[in-house]
Amino acid sequence: MDDMMFLTFLATLAGAAWRLATPLIFASIGEIFSERAGVLNIGLEGTMLVGAFCGFAAAFATGSIPLGLLAGIAGGMLFGVIFAFFTITIKADQIVVGAALNLLGMGLTAFLFRTYYVSTGKGIEIAQPVQIPFLSDIPFLGEAFFRQNLIVYSTILVTILASLVLFRTSFGLTLRAVGEHPKAVDVAGRNVASYRYAAVLVGTGLAGLGGAFLTLGHSNQFVEGITSGRGFIALAVVVFARWSPMGAFFVSLLFGLFYALQLMLQAQASIVVPYQLLQALPYIMTIVTLVVVRGKGAAPSKLGQPYEMR
Amino acid sequence: MSQKPFLRVENIRKRFGPIVASDGVSLEIEEGEIHSLLGENGAGKSVLMSMICGMVRPDEGEIVFKGQLVRFDSPREAIRQRIGMVHQHFMLVPNLTVAENYILGQGSPLRVINDMDEVHAKIRELSDRYALDVRPDAVIEDLSVGEQQRVEILKVLFHGIDLLILDEPTAVLTPQETDRLLSLMGDLAKDGKTVVFISHKLDEVMRVSNRISVMRDGRVVHTVNVGETNARELARMMVGRDVRMELPRSPEPPGHIVLSVDNLTCRAETGLPAVRGVSLNVRSGEIVGIAGVSGNGQTELSLALSGLLPVDSGRVMLNGKDITGLDPARINASSFSHIPEDRHKHGIVASMSLSENTILQRYDQKPFASHGMLNRGVIGEHTRDLIKRFRIKSRDEDQPIGALSGGNQQKLVVARELARNPDFILVNQLARGIDIGAMEFVMEEMLKQRDNGRAILLISTELEELFAICDRILVMFHGELLGELPPDRTRLDELGLLMAGETANVVLPTHAS
Repeated sequence: MDDMMFLTFLATLAGAAWRLATPLIFASIGEIFSERAGVLNIGLEGTMLVGAFCGFAAAFATGSIPLGLLAGIAGGMLFGVIFAFFTITIKADQIVVGAALNLLGMGLTAFLFRTYYVSTGKGIEIAQPVQIPFLSDIPFLGEAFFRQNLIVYSTILVTILASLVLFRTSFGLTLRAVGEHPKAVDVAGRNVASYRYAAVLVGTGLAGLGGAFLTLGHSNQFVEGITSGRGFIALAVVVFARWSPMGAFFVSLLFGLFYALQLMLQAQASIVVPYQLLQALPYIMTIVTLVVVRGKGAAPSKLGQPYEMR
Repeated sequence: MSQKPFLRVENIRKRFGPIVASDGVSLEIEEGEIHSLLGENGAGKSVLMSMICGMVRPDEGEIVFKGQLVRFDSPREAIRQRIGMVHQHFMLVPNLTVAENYILGQGSPLRVINDMDEVHAKIRELSDRYALDVRPDAVIEDLSVGEQQRVEILKVLFHGIDLLILDEPTAVLTPQETDRLLSLMGDLAKDGKTVVFISHKLDEVMRVSNRISVMRDGRVVHTVNVGETNARELARMMVGRDVRMELPRSPEPPGHIVLSVDNLTCRAETGLPAVRGVSLNVRSGEIVGIAGVSGNGQTELSLALSGLLPVDSGRVMLNGKDITGLDPARINASSFSHIPEDRHKHGIVASMSLSENTILQRYDQKPFASHGMLNRGVIGEHTRDLIKRFRIKSRDEDQPIGALSGGNQQKLVVARELARNPDFILVNQLARGIDIGAMEFVMEEMLKQRDNGRAILLISTELEELFAICDRILVMFHGELLGELPPDRTRLDELGLLMAGETANVVLPTHAS
């Protein structure tokens, strides 16, 4: 019977890991687009917050989750436009602008939430798990993988699509070249800046979607700082995944596992580790993995550098 | 000469800020010829060709290609007109394959790349035709520099061109790769392509060209058929200006050996051998010159002597002390001064003040510092003294040195290095970027130093500079010292031949140095 309990524990853990990995998958794949084009956007945290807030606000007003998701993407892209304008057009330092976006995202969403929503005390109806005939009924596996909501399932689609766009289209090829040798792209007659704009918009749109998942597919409320560092962890995921969408999917699952583990261990009365330590697990693992994979560079060589046209 | 040249460049002018890169250049290229563009660094060869291939837009003048006036806004438009250029710095994305690099930016961005077979086949076919050995699925960063260059050449052929411009293609190649490239250029010409070959290497130019144009100071000064000239004449056209200065020299014989270099070898940053067994002595009270067309190992020799490049083998002795492979700080402290070739990289910190620049090597020594604190007063006084003595034009000693003209920056470097009272002074390009007045002044300073018993090694591509102040001139070619000549202007031809690597017809002095 202990074995059965353990199997159930594992199945629940796997299911929770995927769910908790979902915002990381969106945000890190988005950041991969941006970084592959040479733009380092550390403003993911702020962008995700804006996505989370916009998604919540739209769903609150309309009651529609798809509209909420679209609003989350749009909110993220709005931040993307600001970021792209300052870093690509004005050529300001990407780190400084990214940090500013984080602060702006935190402050702005907290302000708007307190002004308009906090007193309502109401949540929204979140996306419900979709049962898949037969698959969901498989013991353990069904619990682990086939009782998720559509947003969670869509991470597979996004991952495959991102891989195809990045590695199998002319757009993706040029985008990767822009991050490695922008001058070669310039000479080949393509506009480096517009590719970087596109990359940043894809990136922030996905970050916004990742944020929106938190309010529309996970918690039913917006909370100040709801992303709690996920934007920064997504940055680490990108490095660990070596700038590959497929890699980002699995690395995010790993981090999702840490999140799930700490939640479930907190619930185990028999474990006497202070819960603060368990809560710190994902962040500790971030540092550990970054140390482990350090210096095995696959980073785009022009990452963080503005491109000067001739 | 035919009535309609293949490519005609008419009175092109181009300025970059205060620098005139093209000063009314005119040039004609015939169809199917290999036309070499010869000239020293900064003569305006690359800029001219960049304008022809759409990288840079001319301020004035016109380009007529195949009888049509053309005006390119981008290299893409030039390629559409079948003009392609292989740049000194390759335009290849390192983590992509050869084939991916070739299709970069081609067609609609939304196009799905699913079938590369056709592209691969075309690359293989071209590669076979010209024996280029290019594999379409090779990743660029795994290829050697020579291979990457063949990939670049094939890229231009892949896009289909009639005019191929090669910018200093042999600078990064081994001798074997160079041979291969030169024969490829012949094959291309046989196939009806027109090739423009930019170089400053006389031997290569003589081997491969049909016609040669020599550029100097942003103009084409001569165009000759290869059969009607020789390396000697080309060398004179390229560098041979009349020396305007006659500086007095003391007849004092040189004293003891200060710097002795024995069989020094080192490699360039690219990993290619750059200095191959150089031996020389510099005595107290003499100025020894090293002449040579740039890119023959002079840069690496001076970097290796001053501790900025690792030495592979050989020995450098200063005042009887072994300084081989020491770090620059220790070499500097051994009574060694260095006036570097690249002032901005190794000579000054542009954003720092004149005062701070004058104490770059001695900021922690008395009297400039005591107990870990800078003595601002002493430093300022010292700098003001140098500014006055060397007539450096600046607002005051606190002005950032980057705000000064190149000539005044160079004067400060010279002043700083001489103020350290060194026994040995290494100079690479004494008068680079400075005007005639300042040039005369720094040369006189060098002569004064020599008369005070200093040993000076002057590396220069400017024969004028060498003739004016050297006591003897060594010639460097392909990393070796080929011979020694007195600074006798009547033997300019021999100097030119040595610079081109020809030793057969040169009578060298028999005495040991």
